[in-house]
Amino acid sequence: MTHRYPTILAIVLMALGLLVPVGETGWIGSGSALACGLLSCAAVAFCLLPGLRGREHVVSGAALLLGAAAPLLLLRGAGPFGVEAPGLWLFVAGLMLFLWQRLEVLARLPGRGIAALIAPGLFGVAVLYLWQIMVVGFAVPQVLLPSPAQVGHVLATRMDILWPDFRQTFLKAVVAGFATGSSLGFVVALAADRVPFLKRGVLPLCDLMSAVPIVGIAPIMVMWFGFDWHSKAAVVAVVTFFPMLVNTLAGLSSTDAMQRVRNGWH
Amino acid sequence: MTTDAATLPARVAIGHKGGFVYRFAPIAAVVVFLLVCWYALAVWLNAPLVIDQHTRDETSWTARDLVVGTWSMERPVLPAPHQIAENLRETVFNTPIDSKRSLVYHAGVTVSATLLGFVFGSLLGILLAVGIVHLAALDRSLLPWIIASQAVPILAIAPMVVVVLGNLGLDGLLPKAIISMYLCFFPVTIGMVKGLRSPDPLQLDLMRTYSASQAQTFRKLRWPAATAFLFTSLKVAIATSLVGAIVGELPTGAQAGLGARLLSGSYYGQTVQIWSALVMASLLGLGLVFLVGMAERLVLRSQGAPP
Repeated sequence: MTHRYPTILAIVLMALGLLVPVGETGWIGSGSALACGLLSCAAVAFCLLPGLRGREHVVSGAALLLGAAAPLLLLRGAGPFGVEAPGLWLFVAGLMLFLWQRLEVLARLPGRGIAALIAPGLFGVAVLYLWQIMVVGFAVPQVLLPSPAQVGHVLATRMDILWPDFRQTFLKAVVAGFATGSSLGFVVALAADRVPFLKRGVLPLCDLMSAVPIVGIAPIMVMWFGFDWHSKAAVVAVVTFFPMLVNTLAGLSSTDAMQRVRNGWH
Repeated sequence: MTTDAATLPARVAIGHKGGFVYRFAPIAAVVVFLLVCWYALAVWLNAPLVIDQHTRDETSWTARDLVVGTWSMERPVLPAPHQIAENLRETVFNTPIDSKRSLVYHAGVTVSATLLGFVFGSLLGILLAVGIVHLAALDRSLLPWIIASQAVPILAIAPMVVVVLGNLGLDGLLPKAIISMYLCFFPVTIGMVKGLRSPDPLQLDLMRTYSASQAQTFRKLRWPAATAFLFTSLKVAIATSLVGAIVGELPTGAQAGLGARLLSGSYYGQTVQIWSALVMASLLGLGLVFLVGMAERLVLRSQGAPP
C-alpha cells in the first residue's frame, strides 16, 4: 500500500477542517453539512482497511460525493466566508488530496472505452467544483467570474436565445466555410500532387502562411462579404484551406511507388 | 544572369535537383500568378466605385483610366500590392519610430506581448509535459482537458481575460501575454510529451541498469531526446503566440499594436492601413519563426547533430 500516507494526511486535513472555526456559527450552524463531512471522513478512513478489493472504489466514490456535498450545504446557508473560514478550505484541501489519490489509483487501472473516461471526467468535475466553491465562498462578483452553476442555469433556461446563435455560427458559417475551405484545399492538393512544379511552388508558400496571423483578415472579409454569415464563412474557409492542403499533400506523397503502380495511379 | 548561367554547370542552371532554379522557379511562378490574380481582382472589385465616381463627376473615361483608377484609390475595396508597399514604406521608414503613425512602433508593442506570452506559454507547456510524463494521474486526467482547452474559441475568452485582469489592476502588456500563453502552451505540451516519451524502452532499460534516478534519466536521456521536438513545437508556438497578441489587442480597443491598427483601419475604412498591418504581422511572424529556427540549428548542432 504505497498510497496510505497521502490518504491519512487527507483524513487529518478533513477532520481538522471540521474542528477549525468556520465563520461565526461554524459547521454546527449547518447540521447536514457537518453530518456529510463526518460521514465522508469515516468513508475515507474505511478505504484504508485492508482487503477491500473492488469495494474500495464504491466506498471512495461515496466519500468523494459526501465530502463534496458538505461545503456546498455549508455555503448554501450562511453567506460568503472568504478567509474567515479556514476550516472550510482545510476540508476542501483534504478532499482534493484524497481525490488526487483516487485519480492515481484510477490511472493505474487498465481501462478502455467508458472506463477510461472516468479519470478525466472526475478531474473535470473537480475543476468545476473548485471553481463553484471558490466563487461562492469568496463572493466573487458575477461580472468578474460567474459560477458554473449560474452558467449552467443560463445555458439551460435561455436556449431560445442560444439556439439561433448556434444556428448562425455553426450551421451557417462553420459548415459552409468548412466545406468550401477543405474541399478547395483537397482539390488543390490533388492538383499539386499531379504536377510536381506546382507542388514545389505551393508548399513553401503554405509554410509561409502558417506563420501568418490569419485572424487579421477578419475585418477585410467583413468589408467584402458584409455583416451576415458569409464573411464568417469566408474566414473559416481561409483558415481550413491551408491545413487541409498541406496535410492532404503529405498524405498523398506518403504512398510509395509500389503502391501507386499496383493501383494504376502514378 | 546569362554569364552566370554560362559559368555554372548546365544542369544546375536549368533545374538540377537542389539547384537554385529548381527550387525557386516554381515559387516565383506561383507568386507571379498570385500577383496577377491580385491586380485583376483589384480591378474587378474596385471598378464599381471608380465608375460611380466618374458618373457623378460626369466625366468620360476609358479602359485605361479605369485600370489606373482602380489601382490608386484612396479607400479601395482591395488595394493593389504596390499601394500596400507604398504605405509600408511610408509608415516604416518615413515616420519617426516614437510616432503613433509608425508601424514599427505598433509592431514593437505587439512583439513585446508576443514574446512575453511565448516565454510564459513555453514554460507552462514544458512544465505540464514533464508532469504528464511522470505522473500517471495527470496523463490520464489532464491530457484530454488540455486538448479540449484548444476547442474553446480564443476570441470568446479574450475579452473575459482582459476584463478580469483589468479588474485586478493588471492591464497593458499582461492580459495580451496571457492570451498568447493560452494559445501557445498547447503545441509545446503536445510536442514535449511526445519528445520526452521518444526514448525507446531499450534506452530507458539501460538507464535502469545504471540505477539512474528519475531525475537523472530526465536530465541525461529524456530532455536531450526531446530537444528536437521542443524546437519544432516552439516554431508553431511563436506563430500562434503572435496571433494571440493580435487577438488580445482587438477587444480592448487597444491604443497601440498591430491588432489596434487592424481595428482602427476597419473602423475608418482605411483598407490600405489594414493590409499593411497584415503584411507587417506576416513579416513579423516569419521573422520570429526564423529566429526560433536559428536557435534550433545552434542548439542541435551543439548537441552533435550534423550541420
